Amino acid sequence: MLKPVVIKADNLYKTLQGQEILKGFSLSVKQGEIVAIIGQSGKGKSVFLKHLVGLMKPDSGKITINGVDITSADRKGLTNVRKKFGYVFQNGALLDSMNIFDNVALPLREVLNLKEDEVREIVLKELELVGLRDAVWKSPSEVSGGMIRRVALARALVMRPEIILFDEPTTGLDPIISRAILKHIRLLHKKYKFTGVLITHQIPQAFDVVQKVAMIYEGKAVVVETPENIMKCTHPIVCQFIHGRLDGPIKEDYF
Amino acid sequence: MDFISRTGSAIIDYLHKRGQSVFFLFHALQCAVTCGCKIKSILRQTIFIGVQSSFIIILTGFFTGMVIALQGFYSLNKFGATALLGPAVALTLIRELGPVLTAIMVAARAGSALTAEIGSMKVTEQIDALEVMGIDPYAYLILPNMVAAVIAIPLLTAFFNVVGIWGGCLVSVKMLSLSAGSYFGEMASYVEMRDITNSIIKAVVFAIVVFWICLYVGFNTKGGAKGVSSATTKAVVLSAIYIFIWDYLLTSILGY
Repeated sequence: MLKPVVIKADNLYKTLQGQEILKGFSLSVKQGEIVAIIGQSGKGKSVFLKHLVGLMKPDSGKITINGVDITSADRKGLTNVRKKFGYVFQNGALLDSMNIFDNVALPLREVLNLKEDEVREIVLKELELVGLRDAVWKSPSEVSGGMIRRVALARALVMRPEIILFDEPTTGLDPIISRAILKHIRLLHKKYKFTGVLITHQIPQAFDVVQKVAMIYEGKAVVVETPENIMKCTHPIVCQFIHGRLDGPIKEDYF
Repeated sequence: MDFISRTGSAIIDYLHKRGQSVFFLFHALQCAVTCGCKIKSILRQTIFIGVQSSFIIILTGFFTGMVIALQGFYSLNKFGATALLGPAVALTLIRELGPVLTAIMVAARAGSALTAEIGSMKVTEQIDALEVMGIDPYAYLILPNMVAAVIAIPLLTAFFNVVGIWGGCLVSVKMLSLSAGSYFGEMASYVEMRDITNSIIKAVVFAIVVFWICLYVGFNTKGGAKGVSSATTKAVVLSAIYIFIWDYLLTSILGY
């Protein structure tokens, strides 16, 4: 049976500060599937992710989440759609005025209005899952980058969202922690079957987690393929990118 | 033609920003109806804006009262009217300096801190994170601070006025050898209830203006640490300017 499409971005255009970032970007993500987006830095990967939750609006084009058009949704409509999402930000985006426990507890208290003993039980269980049971009362400034990403992961998962967006969850971390986070995402995906979009530069390690890979180039998804086909290096742009070659169709003024 | 188009685009940009700031206030007030106010957050922010500013308000109020008494004595002494020193100090403080200086001090202490805090939350995507979690940042961050300011600033103003009057009393009685009886006795016959209500009205308006500016500027911060520092400076400077503009407008509207 064909799985339904959960995320559908159709022909998105976005210009920021006079620079065209998205130029007809289209992508579909089916239920229970994680799609990795790869591409050069500053070329629209995070911008696309922000469009999916309505933090940015496209200049033209349409995004539907479970068939609901979010590009024309009002504030209330967006809030309803956002309840389906978990979002792991690039630098964690934990509230630094709160400790780790309160950060993870925040959506449970503010959105679900759960009782304090229920909140405590859920949060401790969630932090246990990411191996941070001993750091619950520390503030974000007292823990390492890897721990911050794990807290961000716990916060994104605590509401059991249908869709999780990962914005470079392993960038800047050491290879072992990166691998551990990717493994954790894979285990959670197996358990909760969420739909996801993962922005990553961890090639090919992150490909173990995803079912499809989309390469963004010049504001478009130029290739959307399975990880195995991507690694076969049949497309010159993808091939140059994944091998980090300076020569090829991607022409940039590097320095 | 280039000059005309640039002027036109600057005017449009200015109007757009003013419109956005009005929408910002409107949305925060709308949240009071749709999302409701969280008493705990309001109390926490009232302590931050009010209780934690009380020391600097006592200090500035006391010295302001003292200096008004000293200056007032030199002027009134020329006309042999030093008996009116008490009412002069009280009226100057209650009608003008109390609300204005309190608002400026609170803008410098609590307003700037909030601009910096919300500004750094903005540039580190913490506000985006709130939105994505389905938490309205207007209800969570903006509204409690607005309500707390409207509670705290009039109280601090009253505090400033009282402490200032006592500061003036200290100078008048201990340094200038006036009697405490004439200082306070004449005050009761010159200061009307309307002066006090006008002082509180001014304080409420200043609270809204200052925190509208500080929160709006913080909420629209862009560009890392430099952006946060320039937003903080901008918030304090704009707050001070708008306090003086609104002070003139309110004095002319409320009358004598």
